[in-house]
Amino acid sequence: MSVLVNKNTKVVVQGLTGKEGSFHAKQCLDYGTQIVAGVTPGKGGLIWKDDEGKYEVPVFNTVEEAVKETGADASLIFVPPAFAADAIMEAADAGIKLIVCITEGIPVNDMVKVKRTLEGTGVRYIGPNCPGIITPEECKMGIMPGHIFKKGRVGIVSRSGTLTYEAAYQLTMRGIGQSTVIGIGGDPVPGTTHREAVEMFNNDPDTDAIVLIGEIGGTMEEEAAEYIKENVEKPVVAYIAGVTAPPGRRMGHAGAIISGGKGDAKSKMEALREAGAYVCNTPAEIGEMMEKALKERGLL
Amino acid sequence: MKIHEYQAKEIFKKYGLPVPRGIVAHNAHEAECAAKELGTPVVVVKAQVHAGGRGKAGGVKLAKSPEEAGKIAAEMIGNRLKTYQNPEGLPINCVLIEEGVNIDKEFYVGLTLDREVSRPVFMVSAAGGMEIEEIAKTNPELIIKEHVDPAIGLLPYQARKIAFKIGLTDRKLVSQFAKILMTLSKMYFDLDASLIEINPLVKTKEDNFICLDAKIDFDDNALYRHPDIQELEDTTQIDPLELEAKKWDLNYVRLDGNIGCMVNGAGLAMATMDTIKFYGGEPANFLDVGGTATVERVAAAFRLLLSDPKVKAIFVNIFGGIVRCDRIAGGIIEAAKQVELDRPLIVRLEGTNVELGRKMLEESGLNIIPAKDMADGAQKAVEAAKGEL
Ligand SMILES: Nc1ncnc2c1ncn2[C@@H]1O[C@H](COP(=O)(O)OP(=O)(O)OP(=O)(O)O)[C@@H](O)[C@H]1O
Ligand SMILES: [Mg+2]
Repeated sequence: MSVLVNKNTKVVVQGLTGKEGSFHAKQCLDYGTQIVAGVTPGKGGLIWKDDEGKYEVPVFNTVEEAVKETGADASLIFVPPAFAADAIMEAADAGIKLIVCITEGIPVNDMVKVKRTLEGTGVRYIGPNCPGIITPEECKMGIMPGHIFKKGRVGIVSRSGTLTYEAAYQLTMRGIGQSTVIGIGGDPVPGTTHREAVEMFNNDPDTDAIVLIGEIGGTMEEEAAEYIKENVEKPVVAYIAGVTAPPGRRMGHAGAIISGGKGDAKSKMEALREAGAYVCNTPAEIGEMMEKALKERGLL
Repeated sequence: MKIHEYQAKEIFKKYGLPVPRGIVAHNAHEAECAAKELGTPVVVVKAQVHAGGRGKAGGVKLAKSPEEAGKIAAEMIGNRLKTYQNPEGLPINCVLIEEGVNIDKEFYVGLTLDREVSRPVFMVSAAGGMEIEEIAKTNPELIIKEHVDPAIGLLPYQARKIAFKIGLTDRKLVSQFAKILMTLSKMYFDLDASLIEINPLVKTKEDNFICLDAKIDFDDNALYRHPDIQELEDTTQIDPLELEAKKWDLNYVRLDGNIGCMVNGAGLAMATMDTIKFYGGEPANFLDVGGTATVERVAAAFRLLLSDPKVKAIFVNIFGGIVRCDRIAGGIIEAAKQVELDRPLIVRLEGTNVELGRKMLEESGLNIIPAKDMADGAQKAVEAAKGEL
């Protein structure tokens, strides 16, 4: 088992015919992901083929059609920033319950509106500006290099793409596999938060332990820490990037007022430590720390 | 993107918000003429830089005559203003000469994204002015917060609620104040602002509200739909190296250390800095080459690092996902051909196409110190910067 995606997940790729979409769809197909449809407005009726001619995927004008014709139940989005918010809402409107948006550089207000629109609809969206989500050896919905992941029982949630790879790779090198790895993305308005991801892992019987990777800014890690303190028995290994980041050259006071002293790496690490997490000083310690945590609990 | 106070006030004016009369001056003579033209007994000379806290730093001064205004302007223009929000200081190229306003009370109004709830939030206080950050720390209850529903904007009852909460009672003042808040909410969404701040919003002795200060930050991701705002950019307020980086779409921040870093992904870039520091070194910069680095961009990033004379060693830390290692390797080789590679270069590559990338570097004939992982690379970079490698 795993969370959110598995070998039965049927994926529609929005923006399949674009450069990034084509490149990464092929990598996903190579990994074994079931990509059943593509959507590019105006290119409906086309059959997409990868550059080696290994795969053929039907392209539709709308997500609604794609869902009707192929039974797609998850969407992977590669459309350019100006159209990405629209693409997310189109997928949601077509009944897709899991949406992963890779696109980087979407206007913040667009995502504020998406969040507002999808509130209470039961749609789970991940990203934007994220590497995606992977259940190793079953389904890769994203741009991560598949070969660094290994099937297993540790869940990873991270704001940073490359730090996700760093953590997964260290675990894999130590023979520790992953149940599901979720890259929630680095934008200020993420579809899925650390807390929500931790909750999913906590409720997943096939996840034994959790790696949480955060960074400075916002209060997602503090919120996750609160949840962990109250609800999580599984070992949590955490790393927060940005201890040495200088305070940005700012202009107004609003940032300082709103954060109220929270949001820096030290306060996040403190909150997680207090919640019982194993907190790493550098990302190079994540693998080692997890091995230690699993051994301490007799899980390895 | 940041703009100057005088530019923000022009936008305020277009939206019908009350601002003092003011004229921009680029030298003492212009300042003197501006003060004469305004004709008020007192004018205020305000340094135009992309930072707050100017008042405390001597960047906002009263002048009781046009001659005095000219003298103050002469002292300011051409110098740098160092404020606590920008300790390195920013060049003052012009000043805003503004009519002196009879201040009865200073309020604070800020509107920005509250990441905790993913909605913009108004923060308003009757204790506005230059000490607002202190007040937010010691008396947070004096800051009134109200979230804005992005689907409908601020509602009139919310604006009134804020007005009453900060102690306004007079009907005319309440309605004036509420109107200002409603306008700010509209402006925030219209212009894709990431911050609008009025500190202070002043109640005058004549019982009117007027915006004495104006700060607007814009969401860089949304600038493509606001070409008129893009034109307001003043590049003299940006670090030249950071400006060069921006041209190449590189995310770069200059720091004080001597180890140049080139990393893909903001998170890994911060983590690399943390790791360097953990092993006793000092990073010279934050540099994220991003998710879609081309050979040209990586080469540009490399030139940027080498152009900083403080840099004693360079640590390239790449975990290839969307950026494939062969592309990174290609960029390093390309850049090394263009720039004389006179400092130790430590490279750690991992991820997609890593074998190809490593092979390319090995066969390039360049003097590259390979690292097996991030910690190893950071340690080697620290040693190299000390001249011990
Ligand atoms: N036109 C004016 N008439 C009278 N006083 C003024 C005027 N403009 C500014 N002041 C006074 O100078 C102070 C500082 O000016 P202003 O707020 O514009 O700059 P600042 O110090 O950069 O702001 P902040 O502290 O919010 O970053 C104000 O709080 C106000 O008391
Ligand atoms: Mg001010």
